[in-house]
Amino acid sequence: MLPDSKTPAGPMADKWDNHKFDIKLVNPANKRKFKIIVIGTGLAGASAAATLGELGYEVDAFTFHDSPRRAHSIAAQGGINAAKNYRNDGDSVHRLFYDTVKGGDYRSREANVHRLAQVSVDIIDQMAAQGVPFAREYGGLLDNRSFGGAQVSRTFYARGQTGQQLLLGAYQQMMRQVAVGKVKLHTQMEMLDLVVKDGHACGIVCRNLTTGEISSHSGHAVVLATGGYGNVFYLSTNAMACNVTAAWRAHRKGAFFANPCFTQIHPTCIPVADEFQSKLTLMSESLRNDGRIWVPRTPDETRGPTQVPESERYYYLEEKYPAFGNLVPRDVASRNAKTVVDQGMGVGPLKNGVYLDFADAIRRDGRDTIEEKYGNLFQMYERITGEDPYAVPMRIYPATHYTMGGLWVDYNLMTTIPGLYATGEANFSDHGANRLGASALMQGLADGYFVLPYTIGDYLAPRLGDVPVPTDDPVFKAAEQGVRERIRHFLSIGGTKSPDHFHRELGKLVWDYIGMARNATGLEKAITEVKALSEEFWADLRVLGAADTLNSSIEKAGRVADFFELAELMARDALDRNESCGGHFREESQTEENEALRDDENYAHVSAWEWNGPDTPQTKNTEQLTFEVVKLTQRSYK
Amino acid sequence: MSETLDLTLNVWRQEGPNGAGRFETYAARNIPTDASFLEMLDVINEELIEQGDVPIEFPHDCREGICGTCGMMINGRAHGPEKGTATCQLHMRKFSNGDTIDIEPWRAVAFPVVRDLVVDRSPLDKIVESGGYITAPTGTAPDANEIPIPKEVADSAMDAAACIGCGACVAACPNSAAQLFTAAKVWHLNSLPQGQAERFKRAEAMVETMEQFFGSCTNHGECTEACPKEIPQDFIAYLNRDHLKSKIFNRKLAGQRG
Repeated sequence: MLPDSKTPAGPMADKWDNHKFDIKLVNPANKRKFKIIVIGTGLAGASAAATLGELGYEVDAFTFHDSPRRAHSIAAQGGINAAKNYRNDGDSVHRLFYDTVKGGDYRSREANVHRLAQVSVDIIDQMAAQGVPFAREYGGLLDNRSFGGAQVSRTFYARGQTGQQLLLGAYQQMMRQVAVGKVKLHTQMEMLDLVVKDGHACGIVCRNLTTGEISSHSGHAVVLATGGYGNVFYLSTNAMACNVTAAWRAHRKGAFFANPCFTQIHPTCIPVADEFQSKLTLMSESLRNDGRIWVPRTPDETRGPTQVPESERYYYLEEKYPAFGNLVPRDVASRNAKTVVDQGMGVGPLKNGVYLDFADAIRRDGRDTIEEKYGNLFQMYERITGEDPYAVPMRIYPATHYTMGGLWVDYNLMTTIPGLYATGEANFSDHGANRLGASALMQGLADGYFVLPYTIGDYLAPRLGDVPVPTDDPVFKAAEQGVRERIRHFLSIGGTKSPDHFHRELGKLVWDYIGMARNATGLEKAITEVKALSEEFWADLRVLGAADTLNSSIEKAGRVADFFELAELMARDALDRNESCGGHFREESQTEENEALRDDENYAHVSAWEWNGPDTPQTKNTEQLTFEVVKLTQRSYK
Repeated sequence: MSETLDLTLNVWRQEGPNGAGRFETYAARNIPTDASFLEMLDVINEELIEQGDVPIEFPHDCREGICGTCGMMINGRAHGPEKGTATCQLHMRKFSNGDTIDIEPWRAVAFPVVRDLVVDRSPLDKIVESGGYITAPTGTAPDANEIPIPKEVADSAMDAAACIGCGACVAACPNSAAQLFTAAKVWHLNSLPQGQAERFKRAEAMVETMEQFFGSCTNHGECTEACPKEIPQDFIAYLNRDHLKSKIFNRKLAGQRG
């Protein structure tokens, strides 16, 4: 059974304010009596650790990186949304809320999204005060750009490195708390289990990645800010170390996993070049502001892109969606790219991409303007492909980028395990079935700066005087023993194939059957084949080296093992959701124009899956989504 | 389709911080020119595992030149031969068939080797911890447009803030100095109106923390040359200026002179 979502009553615009007044508070002098464990130091984790420290809590922050600043939030390029209406183009909290609910194809919790839109304006103020060098107008005021899925300009940015600048801001705020001793920073520490006592989260077990030491850490509450699970696809825009392990270990301890099949395929990435490819690189969606997407009309086109005359180019997004054009939401842009490539109109040596062409923009605005807006992205493209995008169009193709699904949380961001919270990409709540561009940074910082630091007090206040469970308690000892045993087992299998080999093979299955388009036959096949590959993994894995040193094979083995279990659940969730919505496209459920066709009667709910042990499939629990404000309609971007 | 290369690699192997390191030679065969340098190492590691040898540990994560995790000396140059490029964005098309490539970890006393090509760069975080922030607790900020910042100032701050903290500047410096890193961090904040209140305290604290770990700058300029973000050396002059001024303007000491 799912617990109550704790969504406050009352008018939508008042819910958050009322809730803040209604929940319990911990008085400033008592905050120091609580210890909070934060896992992950990306935007959601660093901002939470910093703010909790400022409020007076004792915080232990963990990252598996050598420095908190390396978290993958750093790679976000395009920007961060906020309903500031600085452009005077009709933006408002209500419009950002509405766009996000609609963009998510009506599969998110309205109250959470409204709160997100409300606090978005505070985030920009906060980050500017911290010294984030946002792009400016000549008069010194902040500049904006537009992004997919919106008809207003509400995206704030710092060149093509917005994620980097925001993360540095949050990281610096956290380091300020490290300096005053409120935040204790643990680097190179990977969480490998969650510890639960009497139904409450009480701590974690970690492995020190440089020494192999296994240690327990205890606190009054645990916050998972551990990002998404896009690397289940092997090839994705995620960093190499991004993984689901922390969230998955929590799932196995009782946290429900919600909507795992809601994964986002980003439309503008550099296409795969060869077999050795280890990751895919995103080209910011902001490029769609000025770049025009096209393919040659004839599948057997042999001329180079600059030789194809205007009349023989198929600007498929502009033709099909005149109102939004190249700025349709990500899921729509991705599916249309797949359609033209499947029809044989793909470009590049492997015919696996579409053009993103800046020739018109350069003619219109001049090369200098384009260089100023996107210079670092153009340079990145040139480094990777060896082609000059100022002279020839970029080649792009969709790639896995973000996961909307994640641990189920209530309005307070608490999972189904009391005392365990999930923030940022690790939770499921705000983006429904599709996330709009420039909204991930917004959500990570909203959760960390403005939501969790208030809502966590509601859980902690009645626990004043409780002592954290000591780390020599049998629950910690048992968890440590499990972690050690698992690592020992990886080293003892003595098979023939590396963890990367299995990861790559798993990724192919997930991409083929649980990727951009899904159908019942493929999903059933995915379940069988993932199981078979998983059995092979456990029988034929080869992990060399020792446990008491830096050993990336041990790290990878554990992450891939968890990806296997997740992949199976993704397939089961996708099979169960017999409708198309946002990034989840079931071929059986589409309109005559091949757009996603929702089934609101049967699927206007969150699917939250409950762990039943390793040998029994998870049980589905549902949270019915009610829409008080936004009217459910077929999304149209024409 | 891409062509392929056959290469000889001399790779530094070291089992731990206290172990004696050595070069091992590996043959890299049929490496596509479209592969990145790190993908080439992935291929070598897969072959090592197949042969039953422990793979090479090397630092990497985002593989798109922004996280700052990767970094190694490639033929004696930090991040290798291509200017303004982190190791992860260096592609094999920059090498020729038959090349021999020496691959070593960052060389600096402040960055001890953890294993093989991985080093410990935690002193960089210590510099930030000592003052690399603006004190602006959550909830205290005025409206973001309250304080206009001339575009040129914001752009200059952004040029400094582009630093990815990889440590190449230290590794390339004959003195293992961290001036370019520290200057980038200091100038990012000291150039902005929001950073003025703590300007001199920041410069003083960060320089003094830096000096606990790193060597001194003697203006060789190798740092900018190696920097994957091409952070200009000018920022070091700004750092020195603010550090010197801090000795005069440090408000903590203001009442104690006389």
